[in-house]
Amino acid sequence: MSVLVYTEADNGKFKKNALEAASYAHKIAQELGTTVTAVSFNVADTTSLATYGVSKVLKINNDSLKTFNANAYAMALAEAAQKEGIKVIILSSSTDSKYLGALLAGKLQAGYVPNVVAAPDSVNPMVVKRMAFSNKGFAHTEIKTDIKIIGVSNNAYGVHENKATLSEEVFKPSIDDAAFSTKSVNVDKVVGEVTIADADIVVSAGRGLKGPENWGMIEELASVLGAATACSKPVSDMGWRSHGEHVGQTGKPVASNLYIAIGISGAIQHLAGVSASKVKVVINTDPEAPFFKAADYGIVGDAFDVVPKLIEKLKEFKAQNA
Amino acid sequence: MKILVCISNVPDTTSKINFSPDKTQFDTTGVQFVINPNDEFGLTRAMWFKEKQGAAVHVATVGGATVEPTMRKALAIGADEAIRINAEPTDGFFVAQQLAEVVKNGEYNLVIAGRESIDYNGGMVPGIMAALLNMNFVNTCIGLEIEGDKVTAIREIDGGKETLSTSLPLVIGGQKGLVEESDLRIPNMRGIMMARQKKLNVVEPINATHATSDKSFDKPAPKGAVKLVDPENIQELIDLLHNEAKVI
Ligand SMILES: Cc1cc2nc3c(=O)[nH]c(=O)nc-3n(C[C@H](O)[C@H](O)[C@H](O)COP(=O)(O)OP(=O)(O)OC[C@H]3O[C@@H](n4cnc5c(N)ncnc54)[C@H](O)[C@@H]3O)c2cc1C
Ligand SMILES: Nc1ncnc2c1ncn2[C@@H]1O[C@H](COP(=O)(O)O)[C@@H](O)[C@H]1O
Repeated sequence: MSVLVYTEADNGKFKKNALEAASYAHKIAQELGTTVTAVSFNVADTTSLATYGVSKVLKINNDSLKTFNANAYAMALAEAAQKEGIKVIILSSSTDSKYLGALLAGKLQAGYVPNVVAAPDSVNPMVVKRMAFSNKGFAHTEIKTDIKIIGVSNNAYGVHENKATLSEEVFKPSIDDAAFSTKSVNVDKVVGEVTIADADIVVSAGRGLKGPENWGMIEELASVLGAATACSKPVSDMGWRSHGEHVGQTGKPVASNLYIAIGISGAIQHLAGVSASKVKVVINTDPEAPFFKAADYGIVGDAFDVVPKLIEKLKEFKAQNA
Repeated sequence: MKILVCISNVPDTTSKINFSPDKTQFDTTGVQFVINPNDEFGLTRAMWFKEKQGAAVHVATVGGATVEPTMRKALAIGADEAIRINAEPTDGFFVAQQLAEVVKNGEYNLVIAGRESIDYNGGMVPGIMAALLNMNFVNTCIGLEIEGDKVTAIREIDGGKETLSTSLPLVIGGQKGLVEESDLRIPNMRGIMMARQKKLNVVEPINATHATSDKSFDKPAPKGAVKLVDPENIQELIDLLHNEAKVI
């Protein structure tokens, strides 16, 4: 009856969201008086899970699962849940986790609540706080089914250390060929760059930048900060930047520690998608830009003047604090 | 090809969100409802399949009579028929079961839903439906090509995109990219007139599980005033971010 956690990995290493999901699973397990069991896919060294409260890991080592496959992963998790008599399953709210979470909910006839932003209000009945209305509100939602699936929002509950003694078990789920009726033929991923989903800091720019040729300083600022780059919707619609960078209500959600918005007015649809970020900085020539009302820090000024100065000062700061 | 586009009826993106005084309900006063943006991209892609490959396109919504203007809009954009399942869509699992029933009875082989609805943001209806129907599923779908039963789909992943090969019958969770913003269609007078002649079937819901229920709602705490930093004193911003906000 332990709590099951799906631990996402990239290139054989756990992602931060896996440790956050494990921390959340530990919190629930404590309240239910039970332990946490993790499922890992092709991770050789799983010892770090012990630091985040995981007592047992079911290790799947299977070459056909090297590339994420939502259906096959959901089948493996469903089998693990059945084998262990699991009633609560914790996932992250990444693109992949949301893809498999819904399939898993259908397979297990389980109630599923993604985008959960805090420890449960109560575990019996299970009531969790989740983002709704694109961050313009929150819902306190009860999960009423026997098996419950919770998707933890990025960067909301946080990573918490809880030492546990970890035991490992090799797990060989019986995944048949039918699981791969949808399969990956090509992954086109910018490697080496920080992604918006995983970034602690996101540097975002809008129409105020005038044209794609001016993004050099945005990329430089991001690189000094180790940040991901993002943009407003019109910027991607006009083809100045790729669609993958579009953030907001109809684009990618952002839940970083720091969000820097440069030349972005702060339209309601933009704010909806980025407001889960903890600290927001705005750089805009117009003191009346709506974004100032939603920001923590602001500079009323011209990006073409402010950003180069900011880069220079940050370089000095980084050199001193290296 | 027989396509079902699942449409959720959501507050317009500019809406201010308020809740009833006892916080148990979303307050719809003064709110304008529209086709969920993710579904609008899907519907437009379906129109392309209709025009280029002769597909039949139906739309379905789980909702009360108040959703009918949104369904008429989908018909005016070009869907052939609409189906309304007469029930309040209070839970994603319940909605998925209702839509799965429609898919089964109507023998649809392509189900286009959205990545998520922008109101309750469950992001679960298409995936649950696919699992219940044992159909293939591609989420965050930004590209879809179909030849016979063979499907090539592109999905957005964190940091890039992935090309998938799959086959009909298929459910997708779509979003912008399926078509471009500039391809979206505003219904014209002729479309609106024709929509009046089209069928809008109302069916009663089947018995289904409610897996979740929203007990109460609240709004984010109001934000304190922004701290302004002089553009001539950028160092102050760095100090604030380092010492006060502790984010760098
Ligand atoms: C259904 C729907 C969904 C939408 N979804 C999204 C979404 O997901 N994400 C999104 O971003 N938008 C979305 N939008 C669009 C949104 O309404 C705004 O149009 C958009 O966010 C504006 O982008 P922007 O701030 O870059 O441009 P503008 O609104 O044009 O703002 C540019 C800003 O730059 C400032 N500026 C100009 N020059 C400078 C300079 N030299 N230095 C500094 N600042 C300068 C200006 O003062 C202005 O505030 C959506 C709209 C609709 C209708
Ligand atoms: N009440 C509904 N009626 C029809 N389709 C719906 C309904 N709710 C959700 N959907 C579909 O499921 C997608 C994802 O919605 P959700 O799981 O609610 O975020 C939407 O984009 C729609 O395509």
